[in-house]
Amino acid sequence: MTPIAFAEKYGLRVVSEGSGGCREIEGAYLSDLLSMVMGRAQENDAFVTVMANLNTLAVAVLADVACVILCEGIHFDDACVARAKQQEICVLESDEPAFALALKLGRELGKC
Amino acid sequence: MNTLKWTYDVDGSDFTRAGEASSAVKKNLRKLGVPPEVIRKVSIALYEGEINMVIHANGGVITVEMTPERIDMVLADTGKGIPDIEQAMKEGWSTAPDEVRSLGFGAGMGLPNMKKYSDEMRIDSTVGVGTTVYMTVYIK
Repeated sequence: MTPIAFAEKYGLRVVSEGSGGCREIEGAYLSDLLSMVMGRAQENDAFVTVMANLNTLAVAVLADVACVILCEGIHFDDACVARAKQQEICVLESDEPAFALALKLGRELGKC
Repeated sequence: MNTLKWTYDVDGSDFTRAGEASSAVKKNLRKLGVPPEVIRKVSIALYEGEINMVIHANGGVITVEMTPERIDMVLADTGKGIPDIEQAMKEGWSTAPDEVRSLGFGAGMGLPNMKKYSDEMRIDSTVGVGTTVYMTVYIK
């Protein structure tokens, strides 16, 4: 499932579409420690976090995740949204906590 | 001998710009058709090094050399140096300030990640003089 299709199915807001319409979510990684994400997230993971700064986006690009999902109603500021669009990073937002999103991602990935 | 070389100045004053050199290298490697798994290793190892230079050394210089067989990265700074490299390599050990931790770094994962994602890594450091990190990722 693509990040955009996931957003449509579960009512997440698409803040930056980026490449989210044309790549598949193959796994998920939940963390707010960016160094941990950098070392352990896998390519094409959905990266779920409350850490909303420019470094979050740098990590998303370099670790090559499928999308960033900000949970708990957290928002990126305008500078981050502009950077995400410029770098074609798919960013979604949700008011739900990470665990609720993890369950939905797990369902779509056939893991629960 | 077919060698490509790139050099980047890392600005130590702006934490939000950390990652620009790593992103530029990633773009170059993509254009050159380097395998994605190699690009990912280089990107992660280099970004962690770049972040360390900004957090601990007020920036520095990154040099990347590529041949058909390997990618060599040298990250040189004139920061305060690492007193105990063995200790610094331990996962969870960090001397990063609180403001860096609040941005999601300083978890003591940087050097372990660099070691994990490079095929070879060596650190030369002298307290009060600076640190140079040598990392290599093999393409073949």
